[in-house]
Amino acid sequence: MANAKSKEQTSSPIGASLPRNDVYEKVTGTAIYADDIQFGNKLLYARAKRSPYPHALIKKIDTSKAEALPGVKVVATGKDFPDRIGLYLQDKTIFATDRVRFVGEPVAAVAAINDEIAMKAIELIEVEYEQLEAVFDAEFGASDKAPLIHPKLGEYVYPNFIFPKPGTNIANHFKIRKGDVASAWNNCAHIVEKTYKIPHIQHVPIETHVAIAQMDEKGKVTLWASSQSPFAQRNLIAKALHISQSDMRVIAPLVGGGFGSKAGVTMEAIPVALATKCKGWPVKFILTREEEFFTNFVRQGLTIHVKVGCDKDGNLLALKNVMYWDGGGSTEYGVNVTRAGGYSSSGPYDIPNVETDSICVYTNHPIGGAYRGFGMSELHTGIDQAIDELAEKIGIDKISFLKKNGVSEGDILVTGMTMHANGLQQCIDNVAKSLNFNEKAKPSSPDRLRGKGIAIAWKAPAMPPNAGSSAWLELAEDGNVTVGLGGQEIGQGTFTVMAQMAAAALGVSYDKVRIAGPVDTQYSPYEWQTVASRLTWSMGNAIRAAATDARKQILDMVAEAWKENVEDLDIVNGVVVSYKSEQEIPLSNIVIYGLPKENDQGWMGGPIIGRGSFMPKYVTGLDSETGQGPRAVVHYTVGCEGLDIEIDKNTGKIYVQKAAASFDVGKAINPALVKAQIEGGFVQGLSSAMFEEIKLKEGVMTNPSFVDYRIATAPDVDFPLDTPFVEVPQDDGPWGARGIGEHPMVPTIAALGNAIYDATGIRLQGPPYSAEKIYLAMLDAGIVK
Amino acid sequence: MSLKRITLTVNDLVETVDVPQNMTLLQMIREKLSLTGTKNGCSAGECGACTVLMNGEPVNSCMVLAAECDGVKVVTIEGLAKTGTLSELQKAIISSGGVQCGFCTPGMLISATALLKRNPGPSDTEIREAIVGNLCRCTGYVRIVDAIRQAAK
Repeated sequence: MANAKSKEQTSSPIGASLPRNDVYEKVTGTAIYADDIQFGNKLLYARAKRSPYPHALIKKIDTSKAEALPGVKVVATGKDFPDRIGLYLQDKTIFATDRVRFVGEPVAAVAAINDEIAMKAIELIEVEYEQLEAVFDAEFGASDKAPLIHPKLGEYVYPNFIFPKPGTNIANHFKIRKGDVASAWNNCAHIVEKTYKIPHIQHVPIETHVAIAQMDEKGKVTLWASSQSPFAQRNLIAKALHISQSDMRVIAPLVGGGFGSKAGVTMEAIPVALATKCKGWPVKFILTREEEFFTNFVRQGLTIHVKVGCDKDGNLLALKNVMYWDGGGSTEYGVNVTRAGGYSSSGPYDIPNVETDSICVYTNHPIGGAYRGFGMSELHTGIDQAIDELAEKIGIDKISFLKKNGVSEGDILVTGMTMHANGLQQCIDNVAKSLNFNEKAKPSSPDRLRGKGIAIAWKAPAMPPNAGSSAWLELAEDGNVTVGLGGQEIGQGTFTVMAQMAAAALGVSYDKVRIAGPVDTQYSPYEWQTVASRLTWSMGNAIRAAATDARKQILDMVAEAWKENVEDLDIVNGVVVSYKSEQEIPLSNIVIYGLPKENDQGWMGGPIIGRGSFMPKYVTGLDSETGQGPRAVVHYTVGCEGLDIEIDKNTGKIYVQKAAASFDVGKAINPALVKAQIEGGFVQGLSSAMFEEIKLKEGVMTNPSFVDYRIATAPDVDFPLDTPFVEVPQDDGPWGARGIGEHPMVPTIAALGNAIYDATGIRLQGPPYSAEKIYLAMLDAGIVK
Repeated sequence: MSLKRITLTVNDLVETVDVPQNMTLLQMIREKLSLTGTKNGCSAGECGACTVLMNGEPVNSCMVLAAECDGVKVVTIEGLAKTGTLSELQKAIISSGGVQCGFCTPGMLISATALLKRNPGPSDTEIREAIVGNLCRCTGYVRIVDAIRQAAK
């Protein structure tokens, strides 16, 4: 081919580790986050009055002194906002109305001309409570002895895949009944039965929640928020306030870390409520770090009773799994964590007989919401450690046991769904090889013990069956491309990956593509939420469709102008080329003005705008009693992690020597970003495994600061971390891609627990596996004196 | 509350600002000077997002009163590429992929800038110790440490 711009000479943006398109702003301090937007002197500052009690009736709220304080513009309480709100189960109100259900629940809020006055006003609000017996344990909460936290549960609105039990504290009970577990135990040569308790933890985005709301004179609301869910916020807040969704505009600038905490609707509704009572005034509400720790979403605690058995050859035969999720005072989002924990309750193992009860329980603890992994880290902490014990019992090496029982293409999963092609076996091999897993390594000193641990994981996007994505694409006179999208840049690099996909599908270079940001529900196309590791796959499909649509419009026009067949034309590096006539024309100008017909006889084409949307249509319902159905989820991302550790006998401190994490990403659109996700997720998982716990005493968090709630710091990550990924394509993913955002922190706790066991022979009941806990356990076991 | 007039140098510019006695340096930088690149993550000196250079030393600007800053020299993230040319460290954190959400990045870059000034050839352990007070929840620190090592070369 004579044409110099032929495809072979152009490097594809797919599979290239291109630099992030938001990075210049981020390294120069010019990137705009919600708190950086300037609102001028009219800005009001909001603060919330919060419940000091875990469970109490509100007898009286007196706001008169606060309202009388000079500088206070407005005070809001629950009596003005009685409507319930919630992503799945609508059990929450913006402010507590008749009762409070956790320490920190907002009962009122003020907006004042400065923050000091707002704080003073909060102190002046008088609330009279009558304390009630509280529930601090999920398993007790599920029993008939527990006081009811939501007596009106039967009146709440919820979708048909959530199963609350009115008259109890059970907000959702998801069941799996596959095969015949009861008789399968008789065929088991070995059985392991264990209970694990996984504590509450917090997301800890470095940017705390911030939201600014303003209502105009006509009643139209604008909300600027650090948000993973601008469209869900539009929908849910509009409903709660009885305004139309199109009168609720959400603008979502860059997010300083989310990890699930900024999904759904939480504190954002408070400034909106205040703004409705002072039209024209912008109201800003920022959570303090202390408030961030326990007044918004946390990762719910889990108690998991797991019983698993295999035959004499090591084939897994049966699993019984009872999970009590500590949902907190509201389970509006958490009920779906319980559901996900149910339909994925086998972990990535092929087990013919499974019985699962995944139970979401109201407690008087902080509200459990979406957290990176969406229940999977907690679930895998139990399953993967029990299975590690089982392998030990039967005397098969761990790698062989995992490979023998790991889920593979064609397996019938716990829900009855058939597993798709996946690279789990390769992931296990990668980790085993990286850590020389089956070779026992010597400790570096006589004061230390050494051990290795491994665990496998899976996770499906957890979402309603019809969560959709959409996109548009247009071009400017210079031929540069602007992509409209509604998914959020929360650090994962989605704007970069979407630009790569648009470039590849249209036929321009990556640097020609801009993302239309910030996401603004008034201009940006719809996206359900930035959660569930779904954007690369779902929004990617929409972007690819939009770019393909624009490409078709351009090529149709040029084919008509050149009197050629579209099949002979291509767009390469922003130039339309004909492989037949070898003509070429750059995209600039023609994408706006079209092309003239011959002899000045008119024009063809016109401004090009591509559109695309994607929504999975094949996910089916599951039976409420058995959890069975043809297709529970869109797909699973699978993977494996392992650690080689040393433990200091004198202190119990863990020293990671090396770690490896391998996941099947379908196709790495940007390999560097994939690796960055895996590294960051692994370290977040390790941090939760070694350090993190929301310490709750009678419903009160006793450690809500970075001094008392420690997360991993740089010196904690002083070991090599190997992240070889696998690419077995996803049949309906763009270029075969599927998500990887959450998965790297799913097997980490279990892998570390297994390594601690290998080093010490000790199984700890639950994380965090702190030095203190390990040291005391070693003392108990007589390993140290 | 009474205001105090202070004069200080911020990113090589002399600024005169009237500040309330209880205003922090962080609030002054963000609210009075509109330099919003410096972030607030905890208001308690525990996360490092608000790190700036004060007379060449990294400090948590949320723990410093603005009223005490008369005559000091402050460098914020906006001061690292003032001429429009990125510093070696800024270039390195881009090429190593050490940025995700970006919220810790300004404080991280300031701490690392201070490190490389006092120790142009730090070991990996010294690098990690220098940023121990800068919390990052996205990256796992791997590529940030890579970037600082790369910039030191």
